[in-house]
Amino acid sequence: MSKESDRGEKMKNIYEIQLIGVGGQGTVKASTIVGEAAMKKGLNVVMSEVHGMAQRGGAVVTELKIGEAHSPLIEEGAADLLISFEPTEALRSLNKVGRDSFVIVNSSPIVPFTVSLGISEYPELSSVFEELKAKINNLLVIDAQKIAKEAGNIISENMVLLGAAIATPEFPVDKDLVIQSMKENLPPKSIKTNLKAFESGFVKVKKGGKSIGI
Amino acid sequence: MKVKEILTEKEGGKLFLLGNEAAVRGALEGGVSVVSTYPGTPSSEIGDAFYKIAREAGVYFEFSSNEKVALEVSTAAAAAGLRSFVFMKHVGLNVAADSFMSTVYTGVRGGMIVLSADDPSMYSSQNEQDNRIMARLAGIPLLEPSNPQEVKDLMKFGFELSEQFKIPVLMRTTTRISHMRGVVNLGSIIKGKEKGYFKKNPEQYVVMPTYSVKMRKKLMEKLDKIKEIANDSPLNKIIDKGGKTLGIVTSGSAYNYVMDVVSENNLKVKILKLTFSHPFPEKLVLDFINSVDNILVAEEVEPVMEKEVLAIIGKYNIKKKVYGKLDGTLPRIYEYNPDIISIGMTKIVDEELIKREKFSTKLPLPLRPPVLCPGCPHRATSFALKKAIKKLKLKEEDIIYSSDIGCYALAIQAPYKMADYCISMGSSIGIGCGFAKATNQKVISFIGDSTFFHAGVSPLINAVHNKDNILVVILDNRITGMTGGQTNPGVPVDGMGNPAPEVSIEKIVRGVGAGLVKTIDPVDLKKTEEIFKEALQFEGVAVVITKHPCAIITDAENRKKGISIKYTINQEECSRCLICVKNFTCPAIYIEKDGSVNINPLLCDGCGVCAQVCPKKAIEVKK
Repeated sequence: MSKESDRGEKMKNIYEIQLIGVGGQGTVKASTIVGEAAMKKGLNVVMSEVHGMAQRGGAVVTELKIGEAHSPLIEEGAADLLISFEPTEALRSLNKVGRDSFVIVNSSPIVPFTVSLGISEYPELSSVFEELKAKINNLLVIDAQKIAKEAGNIISENMVLLGAAIATPEFPVDKDLVIQSMKENLPPKSIKTNLKAFESGFVKVKKGGKSIGI
Repeated sequence: MKVKEILTEKEGGKLFLLGNEAAVRGALEGGVSVVSTYPGTPSSEIGDAFYKIAREAGVYFEFSSNEKVALEVSTAAAAAGLRSFVFMKHVGLNVAADSFMSTVYTGVRGGMIVLSADDPSMYSSQNEQDNRIMARLAGIPLLEPSNPQEVKDLMKFGFELSEQFKIPVLMRTTTRISHMRGVVNLGSIIKGKEKGYFKKNPEQYVVMPTYSVKMRKKLMEKLDKIKEIANDSPLNKIIDKGGKTLGIVTSGSAYNYVMDVVSENNLKVKILKLTFSHPFPEKLVLDFINSVDNILVAEEVEPVMEKEVLAIIGKYNIKKKVYGKLDGTLPRIYEYNPDIISIGMTKIVDEELIKREKFSTKLPLPLRPPVLCPGCPHRATSFALKKAIKKLKLKEEDIIYSSDIGCYALAIQAPYKMADYCISMGSSIGIGCGFAKATNQKVISFIGDSTFFHAGVSPLINAVHNKDNILVVILDNRITGMTGGQTNPGVPVDGMGNPAPEVSIEKIVRGVGAGLVKTIDPVDLKKTEEIFKEALQFEGVAVVITKHPCAIITDAENRKKGISIKYTINQEECSRCLICVKNFTCPAIYIEKDGSVNINPLLCDGCGVCAQVCPKKAIEVKK
């Protein structure tokens, strides 16, 4: 958590995570699980979440600060970790990360109706990843949809990405606390599938290190 | 965390609570008896939580028909000696304003808290009004929490203050506080009194001019006394970072951003956090001004405290610079964040602030505006109406679509483009009346079930009485949808989750005397189109009620029953005419890279309306 990096000369005692996805992907749930796990560890944690009009179909952003922070909003370039549930949404959050931030991206795109109507454009996936690779040193691209499907339910995408996040170095909350928090926040009947998805995401990053994805 | 834990978690425990959930716990710890609201984001989750726990907590809770009624319910409860809590979004306080102003005059017996959830940056609102100004207009004490813990603690404090001075208390949150989650240390829950008793005292409770002139004087006396409390209150605190060149006066969310920027950059400043901010603690602020060289006021939306600070500086003839919104150091509009505070501070401090490399992309990013959900009955209504208009060869540019506050306003998006005017709850019909008189254009007013109960009935009476020529479409989706799905007087359940009489919209409309009244399930596109054709040709007030449950309800019911119907496109039959994509536009239907049209099974809710839209009958149930 405390480190001196080229992102800021002064000591930083706060671990900052941004999660971004599309309404319905379980972004808020994944964030809450991390936040409660941090609380269990005895850490201070603040989080900002989205409710209201954007819940279905719109971009959903949550921000988490673990440590002695007052505001839940992350300064530009200051995020230690970005978890993007959708490729282009990672680009939308680019202003929050720095070269040394960890960026986890789900490789499955969600194309909104505006593209079918011809009023907006979805870029080529390869160019999205190229752009991210050029800017981010620690980029992890994960096919969370495929992994979730293998675990038993495509809905568990968010837990695949959460598992991947826990496996990154410097993540300030222990795995067992996150699992405990998952059990308290997810429906009992889906917990087995979710834990499986979570574990697969975790293993993927632990084994693949920095080079997975592209 | 499960919502129930707001009630069941013991004293000494801690929960990771949303600001809105913390308000619920705070009300319970403060011994609340009566709670009322009309749903409005960013305050909605307070009601959602009470809906789930009120019965078990032994608290009375209702979704009132509008904010004014909600305020009156809580006002009367407080007059009867009970502790009451009414909450709403910032513009809801406009609806409640008439009774709100008078309640501050009459005062209360039991503690009463009015919570206004302001929405800087207008994430889900029509304006950015700062209700700290409402506090000054009404002459009501104001509390401004900065995080969920403070929201919770201030509820209890607010009840006590309210009872001590027999005056309601206003709490102002903002979206970033309402929807901020944080660790909250819990206190013990006190069971409120079940019933109160109203002791007659017309001199206190009847605002006839003879009495209100006395009330006005009494209110000013109360405020003078409360100001003394605010001056000495531990809620208003100084954080000394070891310097006197700059003193920062701040409150609410802005305080959080100031603290983070100051800590990270190790700035030697002095901060005055005002939590009990009206009546403005003049003596405290004067002492603070005298203890520093220059002052920065950091507050969200209007320069309210800044003007108070300037007034003190003028009153005591002090020569010091005040930075803030008025001199452009900080912006006057929109929500703040750490970056905005940092940029503002850079202009006035000598130290170099941390600057980070900032990335951006030049790639085009797909637009993701909020849309009508897959399976939303409003899409069927809009599609059928559009078709009827086309069949009657009415010119689109001559039609005025007067819309309202609700999901159906999302039909403003292409391809429907059915929102030309929309200003406030219930305005669609009143605005329709005006256009009907001022033009010869065809006027169509859209209003939802909940919005109709809220403020739609009286303008409908107006339309009938003044012989207006308008078509009113009441989109009855059996829920208050846009705020996440709360009950309203049109459904057979009340805010406690108990069975309740279902108020019939059709009977109201008939009772008012509308010329043509039709109720139809819009999912039947053909019939709906026929009814719209008739209604569009009707001279006078025509009302069409399109009645079908919100997709959020049907999806949840289907999940419970284990029903999962998905539609698919038979590629052999599909002619790629794209009517389903371009004219109907359900988010589940998309064009594949190879040009074929497909339905995303993850998004499809199985409503089947698209199957009626397809001229080739290529859309069928997936086997």
